[in-house]
Amino acid sequence: MNNSKSTVLQARGLVKRYGHVTALDGADFDLYPGEILAVIGDNGAGKSSLIKALSGALVPDRGTVKLDNETVNFKSPMDARNAGIETVYQNLAVAPSLDIADNLYLGREQLRPGILGKVFRMLDKKAMHDNARQKLSELGLLTIQNINQAVETLSGGQRQGVAVARSAAFAKHVVIMDEPTAALGVKESRRVLNLIKDVRDRGLSVVLISHNMPHVFEVADRIHIHRLGKRHAVIKPDTHTMSEAVAIMTGAMDPHEHAAGAFAV
Amino acid sequence: MADSSTLKTTQTADHELVAASAGGEVASFEKETLSFVEKTHRFFHANPTAAPAIVLLLAVIAFSMIIGDRFLHPFNMSLILQQVTIIGILGIAQTLIILTAGIDLSVGAIMVLTSVIMGKMAIDVGLPPEIALLAGIAAGAIAGYINGILVTLFRLPPFIVTLGTWNIFFALNLWYSKSETIRSQAIEQTAPLLHWTGHTIELFGAKLTYGSLLMLALFALIWYALNWTAWGKHVYATGDDPGAASLAGIRTNRILMSVYIVAGAICAIGAWALIGRIGSVSPQAGMTANLDSITAVVIGGCSLFGGRGSIFGTLIGALVVGVFRNGLALAGVDVLWQEFTVGLLIIVAVGMDQWIRKV
Amino acid sequence: MNKKSVVQAMMLATALSAPFAMAADKPVVGLITKTNTNPFFVKMREGAQQKADAMGIELRTFSGKFDGDNQSQVQAVENLISAGAKGILITPSDPAGIVPAIDRAREAGLLVIALDTPLSPATAADATFATDNFKAGEMIGQWAAATLGDKAATAKIAMLDLNSSQITVDVARDQGFLKGFGIDLNDPDRIGDETDPRIVGNDVTSGAEEGGRRAMENMLQKDPGINVVYTINEPAAAGAYEALKSAGRADDVLIVSVDGGCPGVENVKDGVIGATSMQFPLRMASMGVDAILKFAQTGEKPQATEGLDFVNTGVELITDKPVSHIDARSSSEGLSMCWG
Repeated sequence: MNNSKSTVLQARGLVKRYGHVTALDGADFDLYPGEILAVIGDNGAGKSSLIKALSGALVPDRGTVKLDNETVNFKSPMDARNAGIETVYQNLAVAPSLDIADNLYLGREQLRPGILGKVFRMLDKKAMHDNARQKLSELGLLTIQNINQAVETLSGGQRQGVAVARSAAFAKHVVIMDEPTAALGVKESRRVLNLIKDVRDRGLSVVLISHNMPHVFEVADRIHIHRLGKRHAVIKPDTHTMSEAVAIMTGAMDPHEHAAGAFAV
Repeated sequence: MADSSTLKTTQTADHELVAASAGGEVASFEKETLSFVEKTHRFFHANPTAAPAIVLLLAVIAFSMIIGDRFLHPFNMSLILQQVTIIGILGIAQTLIILTAGIDLSVGAIMVLTSVIMGKMAIDVGLPPEIALLAGIAAGAIAGYINGILVTLFRLPPFIVTLGTWNIFFALNLWYSKSETIRSQAIEQTAPLLHWTGHTIELFGAKLTYGSLLMLALFALIWYALNWTAWGKHVYATGDDPGAASLAGIRTNRILMSVYIVAGAICAIGAWALIGRIGSVSPQAGMTANLDSITAVVIGGCSLFGGRGSIFGTLIGALVVGVFRNGLALAGVDVLWQEFTVGLLIIVAVGMDQWIRKV
Repeated sequence: MNKKSVVQAMMLATALSAPFAMAADKPVVGLITKTNTNPFFVKMREGAQQKADAMGIELRTFSGKFDGDNQSQVQAVENLISAGAKGILITPSDPAGIVPAIDRAREAGLLVIALDTPLSPATAADATFATDNFKAGEMIGQWAAATLGDKAATAKIAMLDLNSSQITVDVARDQGFLKGFGIDLNDPDRIGDETDPRIVGNDVTSGAEEGGRRAMENMLQKDPGINVVYTINEPAAAGAYEALKSAGRADDVLIVSVDGGCPGVENVKDGVIGATSMQFPLRMASMGVDAILKFAQTGEKPQATEGLDFVNTGVELITDKPVSHIDARSSSEGLSMCWG
């Protein structure tokens, strides 16, 4: 393990127990600036607990989380958001009947300047719509014709695009994406994968949780393999094959026996 | 291990193959021609108040042909507005609750209870009518707060909560009023402010009561709040999908609570309009107001599943019911056919909603 | 362990049943009203309670949850049968629907008296104690015709009824009024089949202020020349008055009503209502309790008033503008007799 590079988000020794079940058993985590880190693991390996601990949805029993080398204690997803960590949830957390701009700004609406905003709490719809349009075009999502369209009229991939755009637009440091391609067709998956790379290219760090090995190997810079509640190995797509990753994940292969070592940096 | 490496190659191969062939379909989708039904569906989906508005327009045209000028006369139009005032105001409260995927069976009981409180405070206790009015509105907000606590804190279904509080508020009303009516003359002498909503202004032969103007003002206010403030967006998002809304950072319990409190206070304003309209304070009033308000909301195109609908739809829904009742009465049709028609409208409206909600 | 708890339960049951055994020494009479919200029934209960206290009777009261709630009334009848009541006083919500339960009560030896509303058929009860609603309507009809004098021939009448179900009370008052006014009834068991051009129309009010106002507004739209308004009850009359006041017609329209509630009598005093026929719920109930007690002691059943198929509990015309040939009481006298 090499700690010389500075991390964006780091966790050490996270423990979370639910009664007799140990979800996190001293898990570590390192995310570097401007990289896509995939997190893979068998069902029940504790990867969703790890992600929840990093995004504030879960408070660990023990262990530390550091953001930019500062220790943070997230009590809720809002804390994490305020600190610059955005999460794209598997169910997307969008309001289907609201339009795209409304969804982009849901929970952090912009008010009109002056008395209209201060006293009458009037929304600055124009600014929000203009910004929304700009964000979407930056991310190459301008195929969405009408920013006033209700999200429920969009395809699955377009909705995913809206959710990703929302995170990318507001994240200062980290975007966490939970199974962003799970419910999508091939064509739409492709768009979302491109979107993820775009987000990275804009300087943000991305944590990608996925079951889909081809997708992981296509976009990830490094792959964090979670097993039995802790980090089992970190590999790179160019040193390991997909089958080796699966073998490490399932315990069929000892990561240390691989020529590239167990912990890539 | 050999298995998974073949898996890898086939998967990527398939993936790229399909991705390559998929490009053309995206472009062709934009040009796709829609059938008439699909176009209609899209139109109603984008404009949820269009359907009730069309029904209203058709009803007005039909009745003016059957009854003649008397129906279209400004006075008759303003009369219909007067007749829907109470249900319209309660409909505003009901719309807010239904937008959060709830339902409020207690709106009528809150209205009657607060009207009794206003009357008693002014006449029996002898408070200044302004204070009595405020006391009534505060009582309405508290009643809403109780509903809100039970729905958010105790996580009880709104249907059950308000079924319970309906009975409770109604019993309190009977207990506090001793089932006694406060007569119009007593109110006129001691607390004329409570009759203010019944006063009228004339405009081109139309007779508008302050009560109906108050109703229109409330509709405008809540329309603004729902469409131009963050609170409104959060109400829609909470009703649409509370889980998603809270992941998006909305404190859904707070939103629900605020909705129930506002709805309770609006019911109390409805009580003020009620006193202005019937003159007296009657603990027997508003027996059918609960269901009538739900009827207006449903005909107005608001989805009972939450998150969908417009506040002006409710105004139109109330007017549709008012136009049918007034028109059928003027045409001399037996009352039971008025009930029949309203029933039909409800079923058609809910049927429309089911169809429109499909994307 | 088990045996012990059984014994305990038995002891508890015995202890609990003791007060009931004591109470059963007093004869039990049941009163079942349509609702417990309407002041009419509140007053009825009051009358029955006073009488029961005076005679040393245990009164058990029940009511439906709403007007038309037959289920609750059936349950109440069943409870009274099993409680060994001597008799039942009931204002039936569903005069036909309650009959099977009433039959069971009578088979069990209870005296059943219908109050206010007869059963259907009326003979299903041992007796009916009620206001003569037809007479009540007739009195205000006669009063209205006499007050208008010659103008009665050209009157324009609005009929504000209860609802569209044509129930007995609604029909009797409506038809009684028309007969009293001198209008040909056609079928006296049906509202709204008259052809007399003086009738502008019928509308329904639910017997409440808001309904009265809406019905009156629509009636005035049909014919602004209306000058006589019949109302099913006084709240409907108060609502109709608000509509007339708003139309600037408060002073030149005659409103008549039926009931005799205190707010209604006050409205007679204030000139809102021209005349109302007062009924006597308190007397109805107290006469009923008397009859049951008499039956329990002597086995004698009450006899219907001569010429009627029920025991008439009386009706009085209340007005401050009396006309000759019709007995009437002033509103001041009325206030000492009113209910609710």
